[in-house]
Amino acid sequence: MSTTDVTPKTPEATSPSMASSRRRMGDSVFSALSIGSGLLIFVTLALVAVFLTTESMPAVMESKEIIGDASAFSLLETTLPLIFGTILAAAIALAIAIPVSIGIALFISHYAPRRLASGLGYMIDLLAAVPSVVYGLWGGIWLVPKLEPLYLFLNSTLGTWPSWPGFVPFVGGEPVVALFAGDPTAPMRNLASAAIVLAVMILPIITAVAREIFLQTPRLQEEAALALGATRWETIRTVVLPFGKSGVVAASMLGLGRALGETMAVLMILAPGATFSFHILEVGMHQSIAANIASKQAEASGTDMSLLIFTGLVLFVLTFIINALARWIVARSGVKS
Amino acid sequence: MAAPQPINVEDLNIYYGDFLAVEGVDVQIRPRSVTALIGPSGCGKSTFLRTLNRMHEVIPGAYAQGKVEINGENIYDPRVDPVNVRRRVGMVFQKANPFPTMSIRDNVLAGVKLNSRRISKSAAEELLEGSLKGANLWNEVKDRLDKPGMGLSGGQQQRLCIARTIAVKPEVVLMDEPCSALDPISTLAIEDLVHELKEEYTIVIVTHNMQQASRVSDRTGFFNIAGTGKPGHLIEIDDTQQMFTNPSNKQTEDYISGRFG
Repeated sequence: MSTTDVTPKTPEATSPSMASSRRRMGDSVFSALSIGSGLLIFVTLALVAVFLTTESMPAVMESKEIIGDASAFSLLETTLPLIFGTILAAAIALAIAIPVSIGIALFISHYAPRRLASGLGYMIDLLAAVPSVVYGLWGGIWLVPKLEPLYLFLNSTLGTWPSWPGFVPFVGGEPVVALFAGDPTAPMRNLASAAIVLAVMILPIITAVAREIFLQTPRLQEEAALALGATRWETIRTVVLPFGKSGVVAASMLGLGRALGETMAVLMILAPGATFSFHILEVGMHQSIAANIASKQAEASGTDMSLLIFTGLVLFVLTFIINALARWIVARSGVKS
Repeated sequence: MAAPQPINVEDLNIYYGDFLAVEGVDVQIRPRSVTALIGPSGCGKSTFLRTLNRMHEVIPGAYAQGKVEINGENIYDPRVDPVNVRRRVGMVFQKANPFPTMSIRDNVLAGVKLNSRRISKSAAEELLEGSLKGANLWNEVKDRLDKPGMGLSGGQQQRLCIARTIAVKPEVVLMDEPCSALDPISTLAIEDLVHELKEEYTIVIVTHNMQQASRVSDRTGFFNIAGTGKPGHLIEIDDTQQMFTNPSNKQTEDYISGRFG
């Protein structure tokens, strides 16, 4: 639109101002919608937090720790073993999944021929889409018996390893961290089995994020290493892994978040217990928060329900911290996942 | 050390998948001298350069046929490991690419530390100083060897890359438009350096800048293509003086005098 028009014909053209008092209908509707959707997330999160806090209050108030009555139930004694089991299972799952994921991601990004690489990428994504209840079935029925010889072997050969001191337990257990010690009995519905299935479940997310980051390694950096006479592995070690380090950490955090909250696989595989034992091969020693809630909530009421909700609050806070940590690392490194 | 031999290229065809990018290159590159490669964009001069240390083939689908003899050994012999070729034929890229996570010291020593080659601390320090001096960078960085290489200016980063390249003691140094991202003063520093480096190394440099080719090189090769989708050819190679004053080929003359296309 030009202002040098000699004969302005329309009122708009005569007006020097482009201001319009009339707001466009579509704009305001869309703006309200998107603001509303954004707010909804905060509201939902707040509602969940408020629900968890208020509903868990009765259990907290009736606990031994608050009222000082020795005959009352102990909040710590019921909750801490669950936290311990949750974190131990997730930690073992991570310890298995991280190296395997890095290996798969490097294979896809740097070793595999292009067609195989994309096919494998789809397979990994597919692995992420399998419902956890299916993993639970597979793990409980097929995997657990298969693992028995391995467990017995580990127990007999590495039973006293590693023997560094563990933390002082609240309930039972031994003051030594010997992962494969104890008395494993079939069926091997122990923490190790649950952790292995958890590892399979978190493998896709770690692999997918790590692969993306490895692929983003600047071409020029890789060529710099190659031109110095680096082999493929040396190129990966000097350029790709340092570049992807923070991304892999962030990916692992995302995996950890999932492992902490995963319910079905643990519920269907693990024979529960409530100790601080590091003996991951022993059956009936551990339980995770999520699986505990799922197994008990149908019959629970009153204080029991309130106690379950309290453990839910603990899990909520735990995953919240892990996710925040992952985001902080990603943001700090500037790598997009 | 044996007397350096020329690089012998015979009937080299270079492909990207099915596409023949450069056809029939026959050339002898003189040792301990600077050979410049000039030509219009897309004519295959960088592609050719990258076949001299088998960096060409890191691009999926890319390969070369023919013979490239360095010190009498054909680097395209099936028994030759490209990794060994690249240790003897170093490369400096268009954009400075120091390793971002490494200090200046580690950048220079990166190539030496590869391949699990063990090196004593004193030998490493000596090599570090020698390489940085060789790249005319020592005086500027000697007080901050443990600072990241990325903290240097563009021209210093490029000289750091040259130091890194010569630290592995190659016989040949390939330079792919090493000054195209640099300001005139940094460019001059690199050009001076090229002059010094040819005492010890055979240097092949690709450049878009004909003044640069005439300033730094002893011999100049001119690449050209007949049109898009056609393969590039080495049209002519001669002493730089001759090429810029009295080229024997009409295409070279047109290109050099700016009457191209």
